[in-house]
Amino acid sequence: MATTTTQSTTQMPSAGYGAALWRGIKSFALLRESWVGMIGAFLVLFWVLVALFAPLIAQFDPNAAIQPFAKPGAVAASGHTFWLGTDHMGRDILSRIVWGSRTVLFYAPIATVCAYTVGILMGLMAGYRGGLVDDILSRISDIILSFPVLVLYIIVIATIGASGFNIVIAITFASSPGIMRIVRGLVLDLRNRDYVAAAQTRGESDWRIMLFEILPNARGPLIVDACLRLGYVIITIGVLGFLGLGLPPPDPDWGGMVNETRQMAMVFPHMTLFPCIAISSLILGFNLLADGLREISLRD
Amino acid sequence: MNDKQEPVLICKDLCISYYTRAGEIPAVVDFSLTVKPGETIGIVGESGCGKSTVAMAIMQYMGANGGIKSGSIMFKGRDLTTFSEDELRSIRGAEISMIYQEPFASLNPSLKISTQLMEVPLAHETISRDEARERSLQMLTDVKLPDPERVMNSYPHQLSGGQQQRVVIAMGLLSNPSLLLLDEPTTALDVTVEAGIVNLISDISNKFGTSQIYISHNLGLILETCDRVFVMYSGEVVEEGTINSLFTWPKHPYTHGLFSCIPLPTADKNAAPLKPIRGQLPLPFERPSGCYFGPRCDHFKKGLCDQDHFRMENVEGSAPDHRVRCLRYNDIDHTKEASGETVQEPLEIGKRVLNVDGMKKYYEVKDSSLMALITGKSVRHVKANEELNFTAHESETVAIVGESGCGKSTFAKVLMGLETGTEGEIRHLGKDISDIEVRDRSTKQIRSLQMVFQNPFDTLNPSHSIGGQISRVIKQFGVESDKKKIFDRVMTLLDTVKLPRDFYFRKPRQLSGGQKQRIGIARAFAGNPSIVIADEPVSALDVSVAAAVTELLMDIQREHKTTLLFISHDLSVVRYLADRIVVMYLGHILERGSTNEVFDPPYHPYTEALLSAVPIADPEITKRKIVLEGDLPSAMKPPKGCPFCTRCHRKIGDICDNEPPPDQIVRDRHVIKCHIPIEELSKIAPVITVPETSERIQAA
Repeated sequence: MATTTTQSTTQMPSAGYGAALWRGIKSFALLRESWVGMIGAFLVLFWVLVALFAPLIAQFDPNAAIQPFAKPGAVAASGHTFWLGTDHMGRDILSRIVWGSRTVLFYAPIATVCAYTVGILMGLMAGYRGGLVDDILSRISDIILSFPVLVLYIIVIATIGASGFNIVIAITFASSPGIMRIVRGLVLDLRNRDYVAAAQTRGESDWRIMLFEILPNARGPLIVDACLRLGYVIITIGVLGFLGLGLPPPDPDWGGMVNETRQMAMVFPHMTLFPCIAISSLILGFNLLADGLREISLRD
Repeated sequence: MNDKQEPVLICKDLCISYYTRAGEIPAVVDFSLTVKPGETIGIVGESGCGKSTVAMAIMQYMGANGGIKSGSIMFKGRDLTTFSEDELRSIRGAEISMIYQEPFASLNPSLKISTQLMEVPLAHETISRDEARERSLQMLTDVKLPDPERVMNSYPHQLSGGQQQRVVIAMGLLSNPSLLLLDEPTTALDVTVEAGIVNLISDISNKFGTSQIYISHNLGLILETCDRVFVMYSGEVVEEGTINSLFTWPKHPYTHGLFSCIPLPTADKNAAPLKPIRGQLPLPFERPSGCYFGPRCDHFKKGLCDQDHFRMENVEGSAPDHRVRCLRYNDIDHTKEASGETVQEPLEIGKRVLNVDGMKKYYEVKDSSLMALITGKSVRHVKANEELNFTAHESETVAIVGESGCGKSTFAKVLMGLETGTEGEIRHLGKDISDIEVRDRSTKQIRSLQMVFQNPFDTLNPSHSIGGQISRVIKQFGVESDKKKIFDRVMTLLDTVKLPRDFYFRKPRQLSGGQKQRIGIARAFAGNPSIVIADEPVSALDVSVAAAVTELLMDIQREHKTTLLFISHDLSVVRYLADRIVVMYLGHILERGSTNEVFDPPYHPYTEALLSAVPIADPEITKRKIVLEGDLPSAMKPPKGCPFCTRCHRKIGDICDNEPPPDQIVRDRHVIKCHIPIEELSKIAPVITVPETSERIQAA
């Protein structure tokens, strides 16, 4: 009886990425149960909205020199208020921070995704194939990791020049070995599972096993790490900007803003303070989000 | 036994709950138990029935979210539930000690055994270090560890699993406790090692007068160690009694069901098949009203069994302490029940499908030590398989039996193409496949050789849905290519393994262990294989579930005329379902033959010891006790002569140490690898004796 009823109700699944997306959103909703994660998600979401609606929020052209050395709250000739003051060149700091969030939230995720793609592929190969492949990949990553990160960035950017795209390359180059290490460790454990043996015994290709059987089960730690790493990448982009290796001026860049105004920091603290707060809050957001995700992933 | 003495422990109307975010979960309900001095109590039940929770409650070690809701635990006249943390500390380890399932997890790997043992008396008594050391040494001798001095100076990893568990038992006994709790103390050990530990445990109460509570899922072990037994189901005791009364005439339908699930020597896969208990253990918050076993019980009577929760009552006409929680136990006549569903015709054995001829598998181990450089022996070999010879026919079940490290899984790997053989041949349907890796095999070869894996929690990829995983197999094997047809085929497979069709959409974590194993079977049979290797497919499952999965496996085999290679360490399961048996030890086949030939003399001495080591849950069946000394030698340095010579109880002299034994042919396909002449081996009395004049066995 039971079988006949289910027989009629069980339909072929409508294949769809919509369903997968819905599941992703639902699992994200679990975050509600972690306070820390909620605060993090709120901070990140705040900056994402700021970046999306930058033209509506910013009341000045970020690169226009209007009125140098204005204090926060000063009113411009146009009647608009410099809520966070202006810098030494007379550019509105709020507008620059708002537009600058676009830079950070554009390049940081791209750089992280690139670093992850390279790191995951290397880690899967090293962990799953083992032997000589593992030796070669691990030694390469050892060499890269033995350089101080800053030196690495300076070498790479100095060689290929400073641009948004080159920042992505530099970050990918410097952080994929670390990601490879994590993935390799996870793969070494997962490849001995029976379901991997089952896939091998039905003649699946190595790539299929790596990408479909192993990788999805490593996602928990990787998602948490990705969130943390996004924070580091934001710091890195800030540091590169600060060192003058970031985006070429005059486009707004949080790190660059700190760099340009740091000598005046004692006299005009608002010029450096607000970009710093912007950087810290976004990084804090990603770190808290990572903590929340870890808390949830440990729970079940 | 000692009626006059005051009981050591009295649990009265104990209710234990866990408090989780989902709410209160009643883990144990209405539990009463009295332990007299020197008595051994067995608590038996399937996973999730609350038996470990009881032990934890007695230790008052419930964790942050557990608590005793009502009832009392009186230990020597004092209520443990009212004790402060300080008072508890003085009792734990000193008056009540506990021994856990995994010895390697109970010992601290970075401290010497001596430090860990001496800590016990030093912490609880005021004695000198010398005295503590002396006591520890004496205790190691008492638990029959060879060379206690050496053990004292070892670290845990330098000891074998059996030795470690003996150390843990010694540690538990050191402070001379009045009560010893043993939570599945032998589950992680091999059968021959287990037999030694069980012997030791059953001696403890005689020697030290310690009362024991022995928790196990294995009725056979309970029979060998305990005086009284409590059967638990879904958080409550359903039946209790002395070993004799309960094992001879079980009254509760659940207890009876458990016995029907165990392959006793009287069971037979064709004439008297196992009878699994239908349904599943209810989750604590899904328990029905009235009898918790009601929904799975064949004798359930509406309006009676589903009324109020009822209490234990004494069984009329049985021993005074035989009590049962069933309203209808008097109406049920278990002897009248058919022992199995239907009697099956034995399968007709077909043509030869697998021929293993002189197969060897050596693993190379590179040794880069200085010594190796000097002697020039930089490569050493782990001899996982040596000269394997056997055949398997269509529709036949061949069991490969042996303890861990005997090379049975290595053989499976070579057969599946995950490794390649070093020498010799494995002919499958006439073609040698021993040196073809799985990626070089044709789809036809791959799909006709499939495997069911051991660990149900590992066999399915947790990231993909059940439907997706089975569909992938069908697609990969080229059985069907059209989407609709693949879907239909998955549905048929789900029907075959008796799972509801909407499991298609489930994720593995939504399935129980038994259900996962069914999916594993469905996956293996997706391409109509000619040979299926089942690597301990039921050893991680509860008895009632294991019985159902075993029966399912045999049903499908019957239907498809598949050859089943059944890898196992459990001789009772093997005796039940195998047609032929291959006994392996340290990479060698020591004996092979049909099931009856292997289970009757002449035996190989190792087979004899294995048979004796398997616990049998039937008090009327007698067994000759053979306990093997020592441990399995390393496969890196196997003995020069007979592989079994280091532990053999029938060693005849130097010839065993120095010369590899010959394959002696007893009859046709029954071969024993031993120096002892067949005539002498034939004179050995059978290990297991089933009485012919038993009322109960006859009734079954």
